[in-house]
Amino acid sequence: MSLHGSGTRPQDANPDQSDGGEPANGTTDAAQLPADLQDERLIARRGVSGAIAAFTSRLRSGDLGSVPVVVGLIIIWAVFQVANGSFLSSRNLVNLTLQTTSVGVIALGIVLVLLLGEIDLSVGSVSGVAGAVLAITFVNKGWPLALSLVASVVLGIVIGLFYGLLYTRFGVPSFVITLAGLLGFLGLQLLVLGKDGTVNLPYDSALVGFATRSFLSPAVAYILIAVVVAAYALTRLQGRRARAAAGLSSAPNSVIAIKAVALALVLLIPVLILNGDRGVSSMFLLFLALVVITDIAVRRTRWGRSVFAVGGSVEAARRAGINVRMIYLSVFAACSTLAAVGGILAAARLVAVSQASGGTDTNLNAIAAAVIGGTSLFGGRGSAYSALLGALVIMSISNGLALLSLDSSIRYIVTAGVLLIAVTIDSLSRRSRQAHGRA
Amino acid sequence: MTVTPAPLDVGAGTVLKLQGISKRFGAVQALKNIELDVRAGEVMALVGDNGAGKSTLVKTIAGVYTADDGTMVFDGREVRVGSPAEAQQLGIATVFQDLALCDNLDVVANLYLGRELTAPSARGRLLDEVEMERQSWELLRQLSAKIPSVRIPVASLSGGQRQTVAIARSLLGKPKVVMLDEPTAALGVAQTAEVLNLVERLRERGLAVILISHNMADVMAVADRVAVLRLGRNNGVFVVSETRTQDIIAAITGATDNAVSERAARRSREEGSAS
Ligand SMILES: Nc1ncnc2c1ncn2[C@@H]1O[C@H](COP(=O)(O)OP(=O)(O)OP(=O)(O)O)[C@@H](O)[C@H]1O
Ligand SMILES: [Mg+2]
Repeated sequence: MSLHGSGTRPQDANPDQSDGGEPANGTTDAAQLPADLQDERLIARRGVSGAIAAFTSRLRSGDLGSVPVVVGLIIIWAVFQVANGSFLSSRNLVNLTLQTTSVGVIALGIVLVLLLGEIDLSVGSVSGVAGAVLAITFVNKGWPLALSLVASVVLGIVIGLFYGLLYTRFGVPSFVITLAGLLGFLGLQLLVLGKDGTVNLPYDSALVGFATRSFLSPAVAYILIAVVVAAYALTRLQGRRARAAAGLSSAPNSVIAIKAVALALVLLIPVLILNGDRGVSSMFLLFLALVVITDIAVRRTRWGRSVFAVGGSVEAARRAGINVRMIYLSVFAACSTLAAVGGILAAARLVAVSQASGGTDTNLNAIAAAVIGGTSLFGGRGSAYSALLGALVIMSISNGLALLSLDSSIRYIVTAGVLLIAVTIDSLSRRSRQAHGRA
Repeated sequence: MTVTPAPLDVGAGTVLKLQGISKRFGAVQALKNIELDVRAGEVMALVGDNGAGKSTLVKTIAGVYTADDGTMVFDGREVRVGSPAEAQQLGIATVFQDLALCDNLDVVANLYLGRELTAPSARGRLLDEVEMERQSWELLRQLSAKIPSVRIPVASLSGGQRQTVAIARSLLGKPKVVMLDEPTAALGVAQTAEVLNLVERLRERGLAVILISHNMADVMAVADRVAVLRLGRNNGVFVVSETRTQDIIAAITGATDNAVSERAARRSREEGSAS
C-alpha cells in the first residue's frame, strides 16, 4: 500500500496502486462508506458472519420466507424414510418428481393470483377441461398434436381473461367468479368427454413419451447444473461490480462463493440420487424452468413489480399510474393458462383423461401447495419457489402414505393438518412482521 | 377578491387553469364551481378549513376523481384527466395527503413505482435495481431525508420518513406542476425547512407548485398567491406580498370577527397594555 507524500509519483501513473492507497489517506469515514451504509443507526453487518446475522434477524422479525416449508419438507421426508426405508430411494424420488409436476405447475398460477390478494378456486376444473379438450381433439377428432395443445392452452387464456374481465368490469369478488368457474368448467368437461367419460391417449404419442419416458441423460443433467451454477455466480458477481461502480455496498465474494456452492449442492445431491434410477424427468425440468421464469418475471420485471404493488395496495398502485386492470387481467390469464398446462401434463402422465381428471384433489392440492410453500393469503408477499416447495410437500405426503398403504382418508387428514400449520405460520409471521415494522 | 372570469385563451405563463370544477359525493357537494389558475414559476397555496375540499380538488386535478362538471386547461390545451396515469403523463405530480405508498414494497420500489428503470443489457426487460438505488440515495440526500436504508419495506418507516418518500417520488418524473397536500404535516423542523426550500427551488426551476398547508407562517413564507376554499367554493385569491395574514384567516373562516382574529386582537391588546 503506497502512502501519499512520496511526491514523485504522478497522480494517475498506476491506477491500481492509487486505488489501494486512497482509503489510507484520511478521508472521512462517511465519504468512504457506500451510499447505502452511511446512516449511523444501521447496524454494521459485513462479510459471511454479517450475512448470517442479517438472515437470523430477518427470521426473528417474522420474515420467514421459505424457511418453514423447507424445515417441514425435511421433517416429512425424515418421518417417511424412518417408516419405510424405500421412501428416499432413487426409484421413489423419480416417481415423486413425476407426481409433483402437474400440481406444481397449477400451484404456480395460484401463487400469482395470491400475490394480488385474490384466489382462483377453479384451477382444478380448468385443468380438467383443458385435458378433455386435448384428448377429444387429438384422439377423437384426429387433430395434429400441436394444434390440440394450442387449443387447450388458448382455452386456458380465454378463461382467465374472462375472469379478469368480470373482476375488473363488474367488481365481482374473485372467490365467487372462480367458484362459478369450478362448477361451470366441471360441467363443460363432462359435456366434452361425453357418455363414456374416459379417453385414452395413444401411448406412443410424443406428448405421452415426454411425460412418462423422457429423462435427461446423467451427463446432460450435470452439464446443466454446471451452467446454472456458473450463470448464478456470474450474475451475482456482475451485480456486485455494478453496485460497487454505483457506490453501493454489496455482498463480499466469500458470501457469493458460499451461496454458489450451496446452490451446486442443492442441485447436485438430488440429481445424483435421481440418476440412480431413471434420472431427471424432462417434464419436471419443464416445471423447474417455469418456476425460474415466473420468479424472474415477478421479481425483476416492471410487470412483476406492479403485481406486488397491486397486492400491497390497489389504490396506491393506481395512483402511481399502474394499469391495475391490465395487471388483474394478465394475472388471471396466467393462472388459468398454467392450470391448463398442468391439466395437459396430468393427462399425458396418466395417459388418459376421465371425468375425474382435475377433480377436487387437484384443486385443493394446488391451492394448498401455494400456501404451504409460503405465499401469503393476504397478498403482496410470496415467491414462485413456494409452488415448487409446496407441491413437493403435498405430493411427498400422498406418496409416502401410499407407500405405507394408508388410504386417502389419512392423506386428507394429514394434508389438512399441514395446510392449517402453514396458514397459521403465515398469520403469525404477518403479525410478527407488523410488530417489527416489516408488514 | 374573487377570481375574474378568464378569457378563452389563458394568460401568459398559466400552466394550469380550472374553470367551474364541481364534484359531488352523494349528498355532499364537495366542490362547487371552482376556478383556479396557476402560473409557471409560481407557488400557489391552497388553504381552507378541514373539509373545505382541498384534497378533493387536488385529487380531481390528479385524475383520482373525475369532476362532475367544469374544464381543465393544461399548457394551453383543454384536457380530460381520466386516471392518475394520464395526469402523470401530462406532467402533474402529486403528493397525496394519505401518501399512497405500498407498504409491502421497499423505498426504492415505491419511489419508482409505475416508472421503473430498466437495464439496457437485458433489452430493457429487466429492472435496473442498482441505478434506481443509486438515484434514490441521491434524491433522498437532496431532501436531507433521514432514512437508514432504502431496502426496507416502507411499512417500517416513521410517518415523516414516509412523507419524505412520497415527496421524493413526486419529483422523479419531470413534472410541470407539483401538488403537495400537507407535505410538512408530519415532518421535523429540519425536514420542514428542507421541504420549504425545495418548494422554492421548484419555483426557481419554473415549475408551478400547488401547496396545501394549515400552517399560515409556512404559507406566507413561500407562497406567491393564496387561494382560499371555503365549504367547497372559492373564497378569494390573495397576493401574499399585499395581504395580511388575518385577511386570509378571515376568508378561511368566513368572517372578520372569528375565533382566530379575536384571539390575535386580544393578544395584541394585552401586549400593548403590558408595555
Ligand atoms: N371519497 C369521499 N366520499 C365521500 N365524501 C368525501 C370523500 N372525500 C371527501 N369527501 C367529503 O368532501 C368534503 C371535502 O373533503 P376534503 O378531503 O377535500 O377536505 P380537505 O379540505 O382536504 O380537509 P382537510 O384539511 O381535513 O384535509 C368533506 O366534507 C368530505 O366529507
Ligand atoms: Mg385534505
